[in-house]
Amino acid sequence: MSKILMKGNEAIAQAAIHAGCEAFFGYPITPQNELIEHMAKHMPRHGRVFVQAESEVAAINMVYGAAGAGGLVMTSSSSPGIALKQEGISYCAGAELGCVIVAISRSGPGLGGILPGQADYHQAVKGGGNGDYRVIVLAPNSVQEAADMVQQAFVLAQKYRNPVMVLADGVIGQMMEPVEISKTPIEILPKEWAANGNHQQRQHRNIINSLYLNPNELEAHNRKLMEKYKTIAANETQVELINVDHAEIGIIAYGTSSRISLAAIDIAKSQGLDVGLIRLKTLWPFPYKEILEATKHMKFVLVAELSMGQLVQDVKGVLNNIVKVGYYGRAGGNIFQPEELMEAIQTQMKEPEHDYYI
Amino acid sequence: MEHPIKLVCAGFGGQGVLTVGQLVAMIAMKKNYLVSWMPSYGPEMRGGTANCHVVISKDKQQSPIISNDMTHLLAMNQLAKDKFKDQLTQDGVCIIHKALVKQENYHHELAIDFSALASEVDNIKTANMAAFGSLMVALEIFDIEEGEAIIKERFSALDPKMLQDNIKAYHLGVDAARLAMS
Amino acid sequence: MTIIFKKTEGLTDKNFSYCPGCTHGVIHRLVAEVLEELHILDRSIAIASVGCSVFSYEYFNTDALQAAHGRAPAVATGVKRLHPEKIVFTYQGDGDLASIGAAEIVHAANRNENITVIFVNNAIYGMTGGQMAPTTLLDQVTTTTPTGKDALTMGYPLKMSEMLATIEHVAYIERVMTADIKSIRQTKKAIRNAFEAQINNEGFSMVEVLSSCNVGWKMSPVEALTFIKENMQPVFPLGVYKERKHGTSN
Repeated sequence: MSKILMKGNEAIAQAAIHAGCEAFFGYPITPQNELIEHMAKHMPRHGRVFVQAESEVAAINMVYGAAGAGGLVMTSSSSPGIALKQEGISYCAGAELGCVIVAISRSGPGLGGILPGQADYHQAVKGGGNGDYRVIVLAPNSVQEAADMVQQAFVLAQKYRNPVMVLADGVIGQMMEPVEISKTPIEILPKEWAANGNHQQRQHRNIINSLYLNPNELEAHNRKLMEKYKTIAANETQVELINVDHAEIGIIAYGTSSRISLAAIDIAKSQGLDVGLIRLKTLWPFPYKEILEATKHMKFVLVAELSMGQLVQDVKGVLNNIVKVGYYGRAGGNIFQPEELMEAIQTQMKEPEHDYYI
Repeated sequence: MEHPIKLVCAGFGGQGVLTVGQLVAMIAMKKNYLVSWMPSYGPEMRGGTANCHVVISKDKQQSPIISNDMTHLLAMNQLAKDKFKDQLTQDGVCIIHKALVKQENYHHELAIDFSALASEVDNIKTANMAAFGSLMVALEIFDIEEGEAIIKERFSALDPKMLQDNIKAYHLGVDAARLAMS
Repeated sequence: MTIIFKKTEGLTDKNFSYCPGCTHGVIHRLVAEVLEELHILDRSIAIASVGCSVFSYEYFNTDALQAAHGRAPAVATGVKRLHPEKIVFTYQGDGDLASIGAAEIVHAANRNENITVIFVNNAIYGMTGGQMAPTTLLDQVTTTTPTGKDALTMGYPLKMSEMLATIEHVAYIERVMTADIKSIRQTKKAIRNAFEAQINNEGFSMVEVLSSCNVGWKMSPVEALTFIKENMQPVFPLGVYKERKHGTSN
């Protein structure tokens, strides 16, 4: 296999097709349009389903239908579109339907702007849908990783019967990098629970449902889901640690922010400052243990994110009173430069800015 | 290549600057360098200015966003130069389209009229290929043949005449840059 | 012993949760009988909606998916596109289909999805306690139109069959009612036509059934049936709004 130069959006789409995605339902929104366009062109050629839905709401509900009928299914969108999908994501989680949701995030709130942002951390990780549920959130920081992670997302979605989101910002979606996409389809697991109309052969009916009017039944269902989430947290947490063994200062970042952090670490090194990077590859499950472990000899940690402070809340939740936690962010589609991160480290390592609202 | 190349190609939408950046990225990929190509995709892609960031390094993953460490700038219009020139490093090379950008005559500036070169080929659409040629010389890390090969690969679907014009313009750009740098 | 009545295989043994006098039960049975008679029971998938018929997945003797409010046509699209050989139908009320799910039904019809929609129009939100629906008649009193529905601020009764029939290629749309034996027979014919259309890959089919909600309307069951005939029918005229290409079967 040789590498080809591809946009993140296209690589994600192609990787999904190779993984064995059977149906894609989407709606146009910048900056993920190349993804849906690639699907429109290539899914029918492979005999797969492509539907441009009338809305993001309809698209995620088509996903619910096709996933409930036993398919490997995907949808994609960007920030305000992902907001619309929250209803369906909650239903998929409730009915335990595996599906892949690709979010190429822009900036907000509201219509916001179309330039890249990471202000959808809460949206992805905490979820905007109702009820006790979790979505596995994978956060690539390169085109190659975006392609790999979308394939991994299908595996996880199928294995845990749970929605899996690949959260990438507009930079990852729009940029081109050399990529080598695995052409091996994922292993298809039997779906004896699927509502695929084969009730007479199997001698019982399958119902895809999230309605439990009996409180005890619903609580039992909630507990069962939580047990599943515990298993996922135990098995699927991913983090990349760079230069953390001796560094007394760390940066915690994900996605594009982590790439810029790498440049900041180089600058720091040239200035004689040893800075490590803790890069989150899964945003949920959140790498609590890994962060604790990697920062145990650190004196200061800077959370760098393209938002007004979302990831930092979770980091503070882990490190409060253990390690000084600072935050630096840009928003609106502006992307910080490595020098800005350096400056934030220099000023905040003495006295981190305490913003009590984060 | 010791240090990473951090190139910005900028100009009017339609001048083909994104394509020039892509061609550079494609060659870099073929040489197994780490490379990223990041386009502007904001309101400017709907008319107005367009630009792309190309970052090439030997083995260490870089930020795809170029800040104050730009090593090369291809500015196809004045706006592009004004917007990006301050991000060039001290040794940074600025290649300007002389017909549309004011010359400043400092030693790292390569001022070439790419439209004039395209006119020599009798195909005004090839100005960006002339710019690509000059850029290849300025980058100093690739062989000129590699540029020709990538044009052939990228534009294999074009009609033969257009492809030939592109290659001619490319070589005119190469020659013009060599002359300017000598 | 001669069997003179046999429960259809199309329904499970579960007791209906519908109010006494409600015609949902009748419509369920008609759908179930048609599935059985057309020999598609073994390959049908039901999409339940939100409203009084939220539990329809418990009653139809097929695989089923419970859809979010209004989204049944989108869910059906997902199922049918993945399994075109299966028979996929939604069972939706008027709040679900004509209000919160207006976009989904219009676009499923516009894509001519090869699905069947059973649209039960009783001019009210039954499940939530009798609020105004888009199909509520003018001057009709509901819990959210305590002085009667006013066209100026609340709109006219929305005529979904007429609207959807303007879409060129949809296969079959008919409005029927469940007010007496004769109209119930006609309802079954319509449901049969709708499923036949799907079996023959003709495309989108919908049967709008004018139905009663005696509890929500605060009437006796008999008064409610009369209300369908005398009050609903003039506003929602019965008939075939989209003929099947090769004619309907009787």
